[in-house]
Amino acid sequence: MITTLITGLVLGGTYALIAMGLTLQYGISRIMNLAYGEILIFAAFAAFLLFSTLGINPIVGLLLVLPAAFAFGYVIYGVMMQPLVRRSAKSGTLEVDSILATFGLLFVIQGVMLVTFGSNYTSYNFLNTGINVFGANVAANRLLAFALAVIIGASLFYVLTRTRWGTTIRAIAVNPNAAPLVGIDVNRTARFAFALGTMLAASGGVMISMYQTFNASMGVVFTMKALVIVIMGGLGNLMGALVAGLLLGVVETLVATYVDPGLTLAATYVIFLAVLLWKPAGLFGKASGR
Amino acid sequence: MIRALVATVFILAGLAALAWLPTQLGAYGVGLLLGMTGYVVLASAWALFSGPTRYVSLATVAFFGIGAYTVAVLSEVLPYWAVLLVAAVIGLGVALLVGLATLRLAGVYFVIFTFGLAELIRQLVTWYEVNVTGTLGRYIFLPITPEQIYWQLLGLAALTLGIGWLISRSRLGLALKVIGDDETVAAHTGINIAGVKLALFAVSATIITLVGAIQAPRWTYVEPAIVFNPTISFLTLIMALLGGANRLWGPALGAIPLFLLFEWLSANFPNHYSILLGLMFIAIVFVVPRGVLGGVEDLWKRLGPAGKEAGR
Repeated sequence: MITTLITGLVLGGTYALIAMGLTLQYGISRIMNLAYGEILIFAAFAAFLLFSTLGINPIVGLLLVLPAAFAFGYVIYGVMMQPLVRRSAKSGTLEVDSILATFGLLFVIQGVMLVTFGSNYTSYNFLNTGINVFGANVAANRLLAFALAVIIGASLFYVLTRTRWGTTIRAIAVNPNAAPLVGIDVNRTARFAFALGTMLAASGGVMISMYQTFNASMGVVFTMKALVIVIMGGLGNLMGALVAGLLLGVVETLVATYVDPGLTLAATYVIFLAVLLWKPAGLFGKASGR
Repeated sequence: MIRALVATVFILAGLAALAWLPTQLGAYGVGLLLGMTGYVVLASAWALFSGPTRYVSLATVAFFGIGAYTVAVLSEVLPYWAVLLVAAVIGLGVALLVGLATLRLAGVYFVIFTFGLAELIRQLVTWYEVNVTGTLGRYIFLPITPEQIYWQLLGLAALTLGIGWLISRSRLGLALKVIGDDETVAAHTGINIAGVKLALFAVSATIITLVGAIQAPRWTYVEPAIVFNPTISFLTLIMALLGGANRLWGPALGAIPLFLLFEWLSANFPNHYSILLGLMFIAIVFVVPRGVLGGVEDLWKRLGPAGKEAGR
């Protein structure tokens, strides 16, 4: 039981981190990114390549993967999203347009991965030794992934809540129309938030690659889970994403251990629907005019 | 009166010509025609709901797969017409369930839910087959020729377009236009938004389920990963968007050229198929955001009143 709970919390930590990235992208850039999971899996493959061909340890690998992911997100926003943002300034169709455009992006990235890496499951052996935690045996790589998630998540949380620059970002999440009135460059900040979200997706991917097998067509499942967590926690709410992510990780592990591993997605869905019907604004969301 | 008569004669003649076409084509031609008609129905049915309400549904393959799988399970137990009926009823039931749970929510939530619905149903079916029936994958042996499948799909296409035409001329169509433009206004004028959306979603989903059921005999072997292939949702969406989801003929107009193009791409670039598909999708979103018919209309307006007069 304790083993299950700890495994669940570790998984939930990664989920929470992934969901934070998506909540940044959707809450601040107003872009619903359906290709999010593909970016995550791409980073997992990058970590795998670095480890297996060059022998670079995934933690050092993060130092290479994360800036690359940030740059990728920055470019994608400039090339693909900016024109959509400009076009929808009057009509307000950004939400639908961004869903459709990133849906296309999903197929492009997935196609590139299928061509490059094939459709087989991939994994590598890194720190695969058991460590005793409160009488439960947990793999060291999972604990390391959890620690990394906590460090990255906490520093992000600190930056967003304690610095002036973080306040700027949160101002846009709260009221995108009023933000320009106090001298905030919405477009530049949105672009930055999008790139930051991409970086978080990549960090989640590297972590998952440390303790799970993955393949080129798994991205959709991660996008789904991240979306469910974001909505459960309330859009743009980092604290909500954290709590909902941990909750989902624990529930999934419980279902996989005690009911059936084939029903984890069904469990995710049931929680999703229950939360939506009970509190449409999410667990931590304020009821708004959406 | 005479105009209506002429139109009816034209439509019937067109249908007869389309029905006669397979007798002139070889097996490959009939296969193409069948696939094309299937996508015309899928895209038109998708647009029936998503066009006017602007709720982007990514659940097409969920219903398509339900139809195909029902046939796979029941084809040896029940007569063919009863299997189709059961498939339609199951599709309708699932649509009502999904609709009741999600249609009251904001549009984005709906997209997300439908996005994962196919994956969910695929996992549930797989789980059921592995744990309860103990087999994964089923064979379909039905004495149905490709021509017969094509004729059924042709009938369904006519029915779908007919429903679309009737809706656009009815009070329901007017209500839909208001909902699409502004839901708040629609609610204030006393339109039962949830009811209208639910009804339309159910009709659209039932037709999509039937397409899956009718096409099922084309595969002799069926398994969840085959019939719940997300590419089907994707193709349907892109076809309807290219043609213009708000017009009666838009989706059909988009489906025909894109289907032929995708056939050619998958035959010639099997490995890079999904990359090309994605790029094309992005291009369509950027270049013709309102569909080809919408784009043509915009161009018409830009030509000014002179162009309009000439058009009449």
